[in-house]
Amino acid sequence: MHEYSVACALLDQIEAAARAHDATAVKVVHLALGAQCGVEAGLLTGAFELARAGTVAAEAELSIRPVPVRWVCPRCGGERPSGAPLVCPDDGTPARLEAGDELILERLEMEV
Amino acid sequence: MCGTCGCGGDSPVPTAGGVDVELHARVMAHNDHAAEHNRAHFREAGLTVINLMGSPGAGKTALLEATARARPAWRLAAVSGDLATDNDAARLARAGIPSRAITTGTVCHLDAEMLHHALHHWSPGDTEVLFVENVGNLVCPAIFDLGQAANVVCLSVTEGDDKPLKYPVMFREADLVVITKADLLPYLPGASLEGLRASLAQVMPEPRCIVTSAIGDDGTDEWLGWIDALCARTRGGES
Repeated sequence: MHEYSVACALLDQIEAAARAHDATAVKVVHLALGAQCGVEAGLLTGAFELARAGTVAAEAELSIRPVPVRWVCPRCGGERPSGAPLVCPDDGTPARLEAGDELILERLEMEV
Repeated sequence: MCGTCGCGGDSPVPTAGGVDVELHARVMAHNDHAAEHNRAHFREAGLTVINLMGSPGAGKTALLEATARARPAWRLAAVSGDLATDNDAARLARAGIPSRAITTGTVCHLDAEMLHHALHHWSPGDTEVLFVENVGNLVCPAIFDLGQAANVVCLSVTEGDDKPLKYPVMFREADLVVITKADLLPYLPGASLEGLRASLAQVMPEPRCIVTSAIGDDGTDEWLGWIDALCARTRGGES
């Protein structure tokens, strides 16, 4: 259950941004969360709701944008379907993860 | 400034009674920064650091014991993370590997600052290879960079051929998978190396695995050769 550690790291960034913009409260936290970023959306939301108490984000909503996994062949651009080996069926080129491992604080809506 | 590309993209956009700020900042940035600090320190010290992960009971400690048995002249050291007890560190010390425990309490992983803190209070001398035996867990340790030169995941044949499919993030992050307890395969009708390899190919674009049995020291030479090559790359500044 590392989501609590992640929620604390997220709150550190939110508080720094709120200070930088003289915000009195954070209303919405927009997060991009890859399906293979190693963090579970439901657990992170629960952890965030515990960890935000007493911070500038105490009333903030956590809005999570899920990002699906995309493995792509860097040579031909072909996408590897789920459940298939992660190499190009034509020449065996190893696929590259184009999306799905991100955990990004995208945007904050704040009151000033 | 935008934490991803430095584009200055956090210009606030005024809204009714407030402000919208684009940040595009990596949530793990703080840990990643601490890990880079560790990595620079390790490089300066000529130390090759291997982050050894796997389920509880996968055979991480036994693999390190076999390593020490096979190469008593190598200058090895280890840091072992566990929720409670320093049993693994004590086992490794008995095997001739100077070791320290990081007892995490309720924390299910090691992070870069925990490793930094542990090494601040214990310098293992003129070590060539430092193993960080992470908390036994296939989920949480995967996303915390420690500053290691390589991630190694131990996977025992008793865990099931589809284990990599259930924990894709951990295996995707692995530079090497060490399949352990291969001597048990004759007793496991549902398990096969082919099945394990097929699962790894679905989560790793370039799967690299070594098949071992610590009891018979099978596969140890290939494992030692892999460590040797990693040390050469680390010293050459590639890692």
